[in-house]
Amino acid sequence: MKIPLVYNLRSIAQRPVSTAMTALGITLVVAVFVAMLALAGGFQAALVKTGSPSNVIVLRRGATSELTSGISREDERVLATDPRIATGADGQPLISPEVVVVVNIPRKVGEGMNNIVARGVNEEAYAVRGIHIVAGRKFESGKSEIILGKKIVPRFAHTAIGDSLRFAGRTWLVVGHFDAGGSALESEIWGENEQFMPVFRGQVFQSVIFRLKDLAAFDEAKRTLEGDQRLTVQVERESVFYAAQSGMLTRIMTVLAVMITSIMAVGAVFGAINTMYASVSSRTSEIAVLLTLGFKPRSILASFLAESAAIAALGGVAGGLLALPINGIVTSTTNWASFSEVAFAFRVTPGLLLGGFVFALVMGLVGGFFPAWRASRLRVVQALR
Amino acid sequence: MALVEIRNVHKSFQRDTQTVEVFEGLTLDFAANSFTALMGPSGSGKSTLLNLIAGLDRPTSGTITVAGAAVSGLSPSGLAAWRARHVGFVFQSYNLLPVLTAAQNVELPLLLTRLSKKERDERVRIALGIVGLEDRMQHYPRQLSGGQEQRVAIARAIVSDPTLILLDEPTGQLDKKSAEEVLTLLQRLNAEMKKTIIMVTHDAHAAERAQQVLHIDKGVLAR
Amino acid sequence: MKLFPLVFANLRRHKLRTVLTILGVALATFLFASLRSVVTTLNQGAEVASASRMVVTHKTAIVFPLPMSYKERLATVKGVEAVTWANWFGGTYGDGKTFFAQYAVDPDTWFAMYPEVGVPPDQFEAFKNERTAALVGKGLMEVFGWHVGQDVTIRGSIYPGDWTFTIRGVYTPTVRAFDDRSFMFHYDYLYEHTDHRAIPGWFVLRLSDPSLAPQVAQTVDDMFQNSSDPTKTGTEKAFNQGFITMWGNVRFLMNSIGMAVVFAILMVTANAMMMTARERTGEVAVLKTIGFTDRTLFGLVMGEASVITLTGAVLGLGGAKLLYGGGGVTMNGMLPGFDVTAGTLVLGFVIAAVLALASGIVPALRAARLSIVQALRHVE
Repeated sequence: MKIPLVYNLRSIAQRPVSTAMTALGITLVVAVFVAMLALAGGFQAALVKTGSPSNVIVLRRGATSELTSGISREDERVLATDPRIATGADGQPLISPEVVVVVNIPRKVGEGMNNIVARGVNEEAYAVRGIHIVAGRKFESGKSEIILGKKIVPRFAHTAIGDSLRFAGRTWLVVGHFDAGGSALESEIWGENEQFMPVFRGQVFQSVIFRLKDLAAFDEAKRTLEGDQRLTVQVERESVFYAAQSGMLTRIMTVLAVMITSIMAVGAVFGAINTMYASVSSRTSEIAVLLTLGFKPRSILASFLAESAAIAALGGVAGGLLALPINGIVTSTTNWASFSEVAFAFRVTPGLLLGGFVFALVMGLVGGFFPAWRASRLRVVQALR
Repeated sequence: MALVEIRNVHKSFQRDTQTVEVFEGLTLDFAANSFTALMGPSGSGKSTLLNLIAGLDRPTSGTITVAGAAVSGLSPSGLAAWRARHVGFVFQSYNLLPVLTAAQNVELPLLLTRLSKKERDERVRIALGIVGLEDRMQHYPRQLSGGQEQRVAIARAIVSDPTLILLDEPTGQLDKKSAEEVLTLLQRLNAEMKKTIIMVTHDAHAAERAQQVLHIDKGVLAR
Repeated sequence: MKLFPLVFANLRRHKLRTVLTILGVALATFLFASLRSVVTTLNQGAEVASASRMVVTHKTAIVFPLPMSYKERLATVKGVEAVTWANWFGGTYGDGKTFFAQYAVDPDTWFAMYPEVGVPPDQFEAFKNERTAALVGKGLMEVFGWHVGQDVTIRGSIYPGDWTFTIRGVYTPTVRAFDDRSFMFHYDYLYEHTDHRAIPGWFVLRLSDPSLAPQVAQTVDDMFQNSSDPTKTGTEKAFNQGFITMWGNVRFLMNSIGMAVVFAILMVTANAMMMTARERTGEVAVLKTIGFTDRTLFGLVMGEASVITLTGAVLGLGGAKLLYGGGGVTMNGMLPGFDVTAGTLVLGFVIAAVLALASGIVPALRAARLSIVQALRHVE
């Protein structure tokens, strides 16, 4: 015979303050859990989104990031002849040789300077990297013009169309803003590779990105290009490359999130234990009545466990709701691989919310177990005394 | 002069929107060294009277004087201090703090005085001796029988040597034997130690043990 | 106060509840101390900077190197007492999973600039005299289990290839917040093996007088302003702080989580206090009847709340101090000198006091305001 859930729900309602406080404790644990993992997830998503599995990124062999890589013009010409490269709508191969450097530009008034990635690209880069102009226009070839990723625009000074930014001893005119689907590229400054090359580094590109005609051709491409005696390169899927870059920071954040919320969870569970024990103690006569009526101890156990879980569930839902507004808020940190700032958005996913809810239920069940056990062991005679 | 003088006391309560008049001009004396039993049906106001005398509650109008002090006019903190010094109260149940031993429970009123630990311990021992429970000093209430608990409560009521001992249904929860212990003790306190006792009860047998019995019904004294 | 036994007796009533609540407070204060220590340690890194040292980097981006010729010109600047330089090597060792800093330094001038690097003189001589020698921080030696005399091969990424060094010395920082996990080798070695192409990553200057910093910065930056490698000069403190801000808004993150933690434990503690209060109405009435004043009852309840939170705080803060104070925890080298500061401890206790107040105030007021007569009617 199952004790109706209504009994538990009404009992919870009888002690509104106690229930609310216990639930609130759990709410905060779940909120922190969701928020921290949303932070880690957002960072990872920004970097993962930066790469497409149908794109291939070529760096100099041994380079751990674009910054430390160098690919000569000749090497690029060799790469451009590879038959596996897809062709764009304009009939040109979808290959983007890129100059990548880090520049220092001032934040909005009074907040100092920050490192930003400046990328020199060609016409094909828009198609290869999935970039769209959302304001103004593309830069013109041969001119000192730049376009800005939309995440830079609100955070730094002189970013409006028509403004000028000064770096590397030259003044550049901002002619447009671009969107990159939420990826790390949105935190970059783009200009023409030919313009950036002489100013910065000499006659080398840092990376070459091209689109594969056929996704499955990757392994073959990797083998061929890495084995080519004329080149000293390493070949990687773009998505894999960027995912690896986010590795360290994401790992740290996740570990931190788990550690912090675990400790908080223990505290919240203690709160739940206290509440449930008090609840059981004050209801011994009710339990005695239930036993007298013929309900089995097992049902009593299940009943109080359900009650604890119900309180926790309330807390879990509230926690998810509390953390939800964070979704989409943009923050930034340094991508240590490129030594530059990456702006990304907190990412609260349904999976994360569900995870938080389950976490709450676990806390409730753990906290409620011993009190429920004690309730189920009650002897009728004792209780009615 | 009587020890307790109740003059023209009115007392009313607010119950929801209704006003309930418990006493309408009650006048009554309790002589020193007397042992009085107050009897009456429930709702008659006997417990209320006890509360008024103890300074736990205030009359709507009228005065109550105990040993010359106008109890009805004192401030709440004044009343607290006055009670500590002059009144020993015993309830029907829930007298003792379950987390304290018998000795510690009896010691409670003395914590409000300036006595040293040594002096307090001495008085506790004496009080428990009087009620015959010296050997149970270190026991917790749950280790005592109902009668023993009430005797410890009485020990606590006399430990600061108060002017007045007030008891509200002291034997209500007790079996015959325990009730007997308690009542005998009370008689002794009154006869040998000259304590003034006012006891509310609805048990006629208990009332018999007092020197005099007063009946109250609907707030009015009847003889 | 002689009423303390009563406070403790009441706490012993529900031993489990009291213990769990105390432990909860302990956990919360431990967590709070840990979070705050991340912020204080990061700041300390900036504080530890010497006021007499300045760092000269490439204006465009820190990753661009500067010409060696700047060395002489920097030495001529008024107020500059000494000049040294270094290069960030940025290679990987072993499986590459453990990060540590590798610098190519000039042995003749670098160590005079950084007296905080404590090396035994004989080891220092051995290091100086051997081109391929390496000087390694004590912490790093322990991480990899290296010993002096051992050969270590590092795979370069900025400077490709496998580079082999022989460990000739171990340094122990004389200042706690100074990183003890760095790997230093000869700048000249780097220069030779890059076909004389390597140039300094940055320069460090020592000032004869710290107050000259702004002028020196101006002079240096003006000097190279129009060259192809303009400079950005700042104090060491500003330089270190720049790195901290790179983490992102760590302070905000840690403080937010800290607040959530404190609030959560407030719920737990307040709930425990209120449950206890609810169960004790009768006793409060009895105590008042005996003659205990409203104020005393108030004090008793607040006393209970205080004992709980203070005990928990001592456990939590003490635990954190013990754990981190030993110096063992450095978060993989990223937070050297991680420790709980006196400020954090004080703040922790203040929070405990606030907790006591917040969790105890409602039940204490209730106890104080309890009408004896009402309570008794309830009870009997």
